[in-house]
Amino acid sequence: MKTITEQKPIEEIMQYVDKCRWVHIIGCGTCATLCHTGGKSEVMELQRQLEAAGKKVSGWMVIPTACDELTADALREEAEAIDKADCIVAMTCAIGVQNIAIHMKDVKPVYPGLNTMFIGIEDRPGHFTEVCLQCASCVLGRTACVCPLVRCAKSLLNGPCGGSSGGRCEISPDVPCAWQIIYDRLVATGRLDEMEAIEPVKDWSVSVSGGPRMVDVDAECGIVRPKAEPEAAATKG
Amino acid sequence: MKAGTNLEKILESGKFAVTAEAGPPKGTSAAVIQRKAEMLRHCCDAVNITDNQTAIVRMSSLAGCVIARQAGVEPVMQMVVRDRNRLALQADILGAIALGVGNFLCLSGDHQKFGNHPQAKGVFDIDSIQLIQMMKQMRDEKKFLNGDEISGDVPMYIGAAANPFADPFEYRVKRLAKKVKAGVDFIQTQAVYDVPRFARYMKMACDMGLDKKVHVLAGVIPIRSLGMARYMRDYVSGVTVPDEIITRLEKAEKAKEEGVKIILDIIEQLKEIPGVHGIHIMAVGWEDIVQEMVEKAGLMPRPVL
Ligand code: SF4
Ligand code: SF4
Repeated sequence: MKTITEQKPIEEIMQYVDKCRWVHIIGCGTCATLCHTGGKSEVMELQRQLEAAGKKVSGWMVIPTACDELTADALREEAEAIDKADCIVAMTCAIGVQNIAIHMKDVKPVYPGLNTMFIGIEDRPGHFTEVCLQCASCVLGRTACVCPLVRCAKSLLNGPCGGSSGGRCEISPDVPCAWQIIYDRLVATGRLDEMEAIEPVKDWSVSVSGGPRMVDVDAECGIVRPKAEPEAAATKG
Repeated sequence: MKAGTNLEKILESGKFAVTAEAGPPKGTSAAVIQRKAEMLRHCCDAVNITDNQTAIVRMSSLAGCVIARQAGVEPVMQMVVRDRNRLALQADILGAIALGVGNFLCLSGDHQKFGNHPQAKGVFDIDSIQLIQMMKQMRDEKKFLNGDEISGDVPMYIGAAANPFADPFEYRVKRLAKKVKAGVDFIQTQAVYDVPRFARYMKMACDMGLDKKVHVLAGVIPIRSLGMARYMRDYVSGVTVPDEIITRLEKAEKAKEEGVKIILDIIEQLKEIPGVHGIHIMAVGWEDIVQEMVEKAGLMPRPVL
């Protein structure tokens, strides 16, 4: 799994740091390095651009994995340079940005240097595809391991729309039709009859529409459980 | 009777139905719909009012239906799941019924990318098959999607689209069967130019007994020019225009007249295909040709039931 990022336009970053004299830059050694958006060389390139624009860079670092809890230690080790800065530009995915903001010792602006695009897999060398939006009620078992929510441009749950043509999606000849892939895989595994069942409407309340999702993970037995009981009404439809 | 609409009566009595389509204006003028209604009033059993067709913002389908109805035309309210979530869809269904709309057509909708607001968030809360199912539940059980009671009757004649020309071809009839299972009463297909392929599709549908469970109206788009035919062949997703038709138009002295002839030939063939219970004419801006075509196709006068 990789979080795919792209660099924000330098103009947007310059707007963020407009009022700051000293800037500290943080990159990430995992996904952002792989995407060539927030590894060492991109961090140093941003340093060059900031300095060319008259800013001072108090320091920079590439945290091994900006989204994990070791970020707190990394920030502590770099405290001196960070203290000196008026703001941080985090060239990490949005999860890293938020993690850094949580673990900052002093309240100090943290600005994203990247746009976080999607969570994807490398389905062929150097090519990444979005595969999941974390909907919390996974249908992959009925769709031959192709996510219809993100791979189909209309998030259809009951088969291909009328725009599917020659294996391509109606939105572009460059985009494969998810439902053609699902169909082919079901045919290949002799499971086409499974497509006859009508997939019920999605419960979006456990997904992106339900407010922030939180769970407790029990350290001893590893049980993950929801914070609040889902409302009765939500389970009816 | 499920809704008692004219369209329902025609189809349930075994008569060959004729429906057409009218797009609301990109503006506030009721007169646009009134004009189209006047053109279509005598030659069609019902007229579809499109719903932000090709993802271009227009007057709402619901408002268009009401105006069409006042102008003496029975509307079919198209509903795409691209622009409304389950709350908005159900709310509009209730409102439409209160305002006298009885025919509905469930659609996914063209992707917003094709329209004039390509940066819009597509809703796609439920899909078109789930919309059919939801409408059926609202009508037959008088229940909202969540199971709550609806007060009052919910008469609806439920339609959906089908595209026999999309891929995978072998799956298309299965998808039709799925819509039937969800509770659809009538189907309007994508425009038919490739009659043999459509006949194959209908044969498969009849073999599965679907012709006994649903009324299929074959889609027809009148061809205005050679350019239009080529454009549809090359750029309109889900439409196939065989080369033979292009050649006929190329050879013709008056492409417009030839276009009408081609469509009349197609309608003649469609009438003979088992399971086809009507035609649906999508004139896309050329509504004044519809009456002439219906007349020449020998489908006038329309039955009064
Ligand atoms: S169905 Fe949901 S959980 Fe499964 S792959 Fe798609 S978005 Fe992810
Ligand atoms: S063409 Fe395929 S992937 Fe594209 S919207 Fe239709 S069903 Fe989904």
